[in-house]
Amino acid sequence: MGAPLLLVENLRKYFEIKRVFLGKKTYLRAVDGVSLSLVRGEAISIVGESGCGKTTLGKTILRLYKPTDGRIIFDGRDITHLGWKDLKWYRRETGLVQQDPFGALPPFMTVKRILEEPLVINGVKNRREREEKIYKALERVKLTPVEDFINKYPHMLSGGQQQRVVIARATILEPKMIVADEPISMLDASVRIEILKLLQELQQKYNQSIIYITHDLSTTKYFSERIYIMYAAQIVESASTSDLLQNPMHPYTRALLNVIPDPDPGNRFIIRNVPAGEPPNLMNPPPGCRFHPRCPNFIKGVCDTREPSIIEVAKGHYVKCWLYG
Amino acid sequence: MSKVNRFFSQLLLYKSALAGLIIILFLVGISIYTVITIPYEDAILLWRAGEQYWLDNPRNALPSWINLFSQRKLPETIILTTERLQVGVSKAIVPTERFSVIKIKFSFNYAYDDFPSEINLFFKAKFNTSSPHLTISWVKPNGEKITLRTLLVSKGEDSYYISNDKVLADDLKKYISNKINNAIPYDPPITLMLFAQEDTTILSPDTSRVMKGDYELWIDGIVFETDVDLDAKLVVYGKIYGLAGTDHLRRDLRIALLWGTPIALSFGVTASVTIALIQMFIGAVSAWFGGKADTVLQRVTEVFMILPFLPLLIMISTLYKFNIWVLLVVVIMLTVFGSGVKNYRAMFLQIKEFPYVEAARAYGASNIRIISLYLVPKVLPTIIPSIVISVADFVFLEAALAILGLGDPLAPTWGKVIDDAYTYGALYKGLYYWVLQPSIMLALTSLSFAMLGFALDKIFNPRLKEM
Repeated sequence: MGAPLLLVENLRKYFEIKRVFLGKKTYLRAVDGVSLSLVRGEAISIVGESGCGKTTLGKTILRLYKPTDGRIIFDGRDITHLGWKDLKWYRRETGLVQQDPFGALPPFMTVKRILEEPLVINGVKNRREREEKIYKALERVKLTPVEDFINKYPHMLSGGQQQRVVIARATILEPKMIVADEPISMLDASVRIEILKLLQELQQKYNQSIIYITHDLSTTKYFSERIYIMYAAQIVESASTSDLLQNPMHPYTRALLNVIPDPDPGNRFIIRNVPAGEPPNLMNPPPGCRFHPRCPNFIKGVCDTREPSIIEVAKGHYVKCWLYG
Repeated sequence: MSKVNRFFSQLLLYKSALAGLIIILFLVGISIYTVITIPYEDAILLWRAGEQYWLDNPRNALPSWINLFSQRKLPETIILTTERLQVGVSKAIVPTERFSVIKIKFSFNYAYDDFPSEINLFFKAKFNTSSPHLTISWVKPNGEKITLRTLLVSKGEDSYYISNDKVLADDLKKYISNKINNAIPYDPPITLMLFAQEDTTILSPDTSRVMKGDYELWIDGIVFETDVDLDAKLVVYGKIYGLAGTDHLRRDLRIALLWGTPIALSFGVTASVTIALIQMFIGAVSAWFGGKADTVLQRVTEVFMILPFLPLLIMISTLYKFNIWVLLVVVIMLTVFGSGVKNYRAMFLQIKEFPYVEAARAYGASNIRIISLYLVPKVLPTIIPSIVISVADFVFLEAALAILGLGDPLAPTWGKVIDDAYTYGALYKGLYYWVLQPSIMLALTSLSFAMLGFALDKIFNPRLKEM
């Protein structure tokens, strides 16, 4: 493993909540001290339930949000506090694939215009060159024959085709890193695997790094090399994919693995052990370990008073839990 | 292109849109024709320059097409002049040793059912010291010859307004009364006495009838000089004129009706399109940047929203007399921070959160690019109908301002014609054409844009769901 392409250290993103009148300012802590690293060509998954801050983390990494604290280092350059103009090169090196493919495409532009926009913005002045790149990008995502798609509007395409256009747009500048924010959760089950395979193929063929954000642990094994489990704005466990799936340590990870639907009819009467309760309020998270109100292994007097630190339980396997501390 | 075609075929499904489009095309056609055939400078001259441009026109004449709908044929204007060769005109100046004899004869056939409105004689005389001494006489179809007046013509241009001659009126009244042995109980106008049948029908203006036939006007003169020239022009003013008639100043209303079209269209379209676009832009900037920019723009908008529009406009135009284009700019400036800004801001606040805007930010689109290429196009289809409909509002506004006396003092516009008609009591005098013609043009304009706009609304609004 060489020097990481992306290094995130202790990243925080707080949103200020406006008080109506003279109230004290409160913050929504969407990302609260997250660290992760990513090597060129590697794919990582960030897994967590809705509202845990994983989307905010992705957008903050892409600098669509201004980080409150911490550092983001990309390709050896600190981009944490760069201004809009200084970030231009970073925009070229990164791509975003969003959850809702139809919403992610401007409805009044043709596929060609949609793909042309990033090229125009990032200084591909030659018209022929732009056209060539658009063709290549569409071929890459297997929207062929290209002529059938290039002049269509997004509403004329199916969900899977729309998501392919979104991926084509994210990869047209041949970025080093792509953030895929739940790219398959709004798609039909039939096209989900195709889209995941496509992402995997792009990653391997063009040596692109992918941050795959999802709430569904079962899809991570398709291409990610490392999994980060996120709970209540913090990373609670991280390990290589196989290690984490075979040997989950954190009670929350185990719970997530437990809820994966099992196609084996033999197991149909097993009652799943789903942790009770709701994810915590990020404006006022619980003291100590944030998972303690729902934790089946709750240790009274420890988990609810002191925050656990991150412990390396095996090589490359980190857990934030008092059970191992 | 196929998209445009598809749009039009969809639009033409609505009969109202078709009708509206036809009227708009008709108005645009009129505008193009007007601008090409009567350049603006000429129009201003014909409308504002002075009497010499329209002295040969009858006063308050009806449009000539009125004759098509009535059995009583109203007279047209007859102009006879010695300045060019013309049938029915003869001129002879015979110089002798010590003096010259002038003999000019105008003859014309008069077969209309109504009396002319006025009769005037215009002279152009050239001599050294001694003015020509002229005798003007009138010959009726029955051969009777009446001497109207003897007069001296001054150098250069001179005129004799026959129908305004008080002395002549008295003489003629006495003369006819004697002839029919009956005193005429009212003061008939000279035009009536010169053209009426001289029997008892003349005793009332309602029964008097025109003596149809060939009339002559003779000018016999003598000048005690040899180097003399005299030109004369006889104008028998009718009661109909041109396509649109004339106003109280004898001006051809056609000029104002024709020129009113391009002015109204350009005023309405420019005002409504510019105002909508600027309001949209302000709304987009306000919504997109938020924070301080938003606060400032919204407070300015609120201030403008409570400013009384019309009183302010009246005040400004009382202090400064301006032309119609300055008026347009003032109207736009007073309206750009209108309630539209609030509506657009609300729309943009929603669109701003769409994922495709976020995606655009992720590939580095600048603020200006996002506003103009990502936010505005999303809103545009929904506001096109209201832009089209509001064209009519601004056409009406321009007319209303003209009627309030706040319009361009020079430009010939529909509103100005209605204003004149109102000031000079057109409806009181029964001159309906004067008010109706510009009003119909105004109504047609607003109707066409409204019909097109409503059809566009029907087309664009179902799409809101899918866009």
